[in-house]
Amino acid sequence: MKTARVAYGGSIHEAIEWEGGLKLDDGRIVGEKEVTWLTPVEPRTVFALGLNYADHAAELAFDAPTEPLVFLKGPNTFIGHQAYTLRPAEVTYMHYECELAVIIGETARNVKREDAYKHIKGYSVANDYAIRDYLENYYRPNLRVKNRDTCTPMGPWMVDAKDVADPMNLKLTTHVNSKLVQEGTTADMIFDIPALIEYLSSFMTLSENDIILTGTPKGSVDTAVGDVVVTEVEGIGRLVNTIVGDEFFLN
Amino acid sequence: MSKAKIKVLGVHELVTVDVNTETNTVVLEGSELSANKIQLDSPITGTVFGTLLNYRGALEGLGETVNEKPYSAPPIAPILYIKPANTFNRNGGAIPMPEGLVALEIGAALGIVIGKQASRVSEEAALDYVAGYTVVNDVSVPHESVYRPAVQHKSRDGFCPVGPWIVDRDAVANPDNLAVRVFINDELRQENTTSNLIRPVSQLLANVTDYMTLSAGDVLLVGIPEEAPHAKTGDNVRVEIEGIGSLENSIVDEKEREWGKQNENSTGSLWRFYS
Repeated sequence: MKTARVAYGGSIHEAIEWEGGLKLDDGRIVGEKEVTWLTPVEPRTVFALGLNYADHAAELAFDAPTEPLVFLKGPNTFIGHQAYTLRPAEVTYMHYECELAVIIGETARNVKREDAYKHIKGYSVANDYAIRDYLENYYRPNLRVKNRDTCTPMGPWMVDAKDVADPMNLKLTTHVNSKLVQEGTTADMIFDIPALIEYLSSFMTLSENDIILTGTPKGSVDTAVGDVVVTEVEGIGRLVNTIVGDEFFLN
Repeated sequence: MSKAKIKVLGVHELVTVDVNTETNTVVLEGSELSANKIQLDSPITGTVFGTLLNYRGALEGLGETVNEKPYSAPPIAPILYIKPANTFNRNGGAIPMPEGLVALEIGAALGIVIGKQASRVSEEAALDYVAGYTVVNDVSVPHESVYRPAVQHKSRDGFCPVGPWIVDRDAVANPDNLAVRVFINDELRQENTTSNLIRPVSQLLANVTDYMTLSAGDVLLVGIPEEAPHAKTGDNVRVEIEGIGSLENSIVDEKEREWGKQNENSTGSLWRFYS
C-alpha cells in the first residue's frame, strides 16, 4: 500500500493511492493536483548519509568512509511533493541528491543487521539538496548547507515495507527539466540499510518515524531557478520539485 | 522571584509559577519547594539546536589549527548541530555512561526557548521571538576533532538534560551577561559568562533564522564554554546559570539506568496541586 499525508479542504488527511488520484481517510476521492502534499509521515529524528555511494565520494574527491558519515536534519527543512525550494541569489552551486528514505516503524536499540528490516515500516523518496557555497570544515556538512528551509523535499508516498521485495536493488534517477542527470542503484551503497540500522542503534535508540536518508550516487549538477527537478526511486515514487528564487520570499 | 514555566510529571501543560533562581526553589500554592523535590519533566516541546565554538575561549582554544587541515580556515557562519529527541532528559534524571567509556564532557549551555515562529528575524527584533531561557547540559562523549558531525558523540540517549524550568524572557535583564558554572560533586569545576559569546543571543538568532525557521518550543543553545569539565560514573553534576536556575543530574552506568524509576530525592508527583 502507498500512503500520503495531504492538506485538502482546510484540514490534514491521510490518503492512499486510488486509480491515479487519492482516496482520503474520510472516503473522498481527489485528484493529485487538488491537494497540497505534505511529507508522508511527520519526521522525528532524521539522519542523512554523506558519501554513502563510492562513485559519489570519488566525484567529490573523497575516499570512501570507513564509518558512516551521518548528520541530522531538523523539521524546518522538509517540504512535500510538488513544492518549491529556494535557491538564494548569491549561490553558485546548488545540487539535488536523489535518496531512498527509510522510515523506522518500531523502537530499535542494539539491533543486529539480520534483524534490522523488522524495524522498518516503509520507504519514501527524498531530495537532499546541498548548497556547496556554504560548506565549511566544521561538523561538515553543516546545517547551513544541509538544513535550510525548503531544501529537503520528501514524498509523495510512503510505500509499505512489505511491498518492497529488495530495497537494496532499486534504481535511482534524477531528471532536471526532463533530462536525465543522475542514475544509480541502491545496490551500490557503501553501508547498506541493515548496516546503517545496526550502526545507529548501537549508540542510540531509534523510534517510529525516525528516518534515514541513505545517501546519493554520482551525478551532481548545478540547478537554476525555474528548474523542475524530479527524483525517482523505482517502485517507491516520483518526487517533483521546482527551484525558485529570492523574489518568491521577499515581502 | 522570577516568572517561569515548569513541566510537572503527570501535568500535560506547562504551569506558570514564581521561582527563586538563587535558591533554586519554586513557589507552589504558597509553599516554597526545592526544584529537586518536585518531579519535573523536560520543559521542551520542539527541536534542540546546539552551537559549536561560540565562546571566544573555545575558538581560541583551537589556536592555529583552524588554519591547518582539515579545517583550513576559521569558521565564518555559526556551526550548528541537533540534539535529537532520544537525548532529552530532565532535572534529576540519570545520564547514562555508555559501555566502554569512563568520562563524559559536561556542556553548560544557556538555552534560548523560542516563543513564536522565527524566520529571517533582525537582530533588533530577535528577542521578540524568545519565550524565555533554560539551563541545558549538552553532554558529549569527549572528542577532539570537530571536522565531521559528532552524532555518535552528542546524540546518545539521555545526553540532553533540560530544566529545571523556563524563566520568562522579561525576567532576564541581559542574557549576554550571565555567569555559567559547573559543579561536580559540589566542587566548582568551570566558571564562565555569556558575555564571552562570539555571537550574542540576538545576533545568533538573526544569523540562524536567516536560513532556518525556528518554531515555538524549539531551543537554540548559545554554546559551551572552553575547557568543559569531564565527569565519571557516580558523579553528581550541577549546571548553574545566573538568573535562570540550577540543573542537577547524576551519571550512572547505562546498564543501571532504570526506565520510569522515581527520583529518589523527590516526594512524589505534584499533580495533586493541580487536580
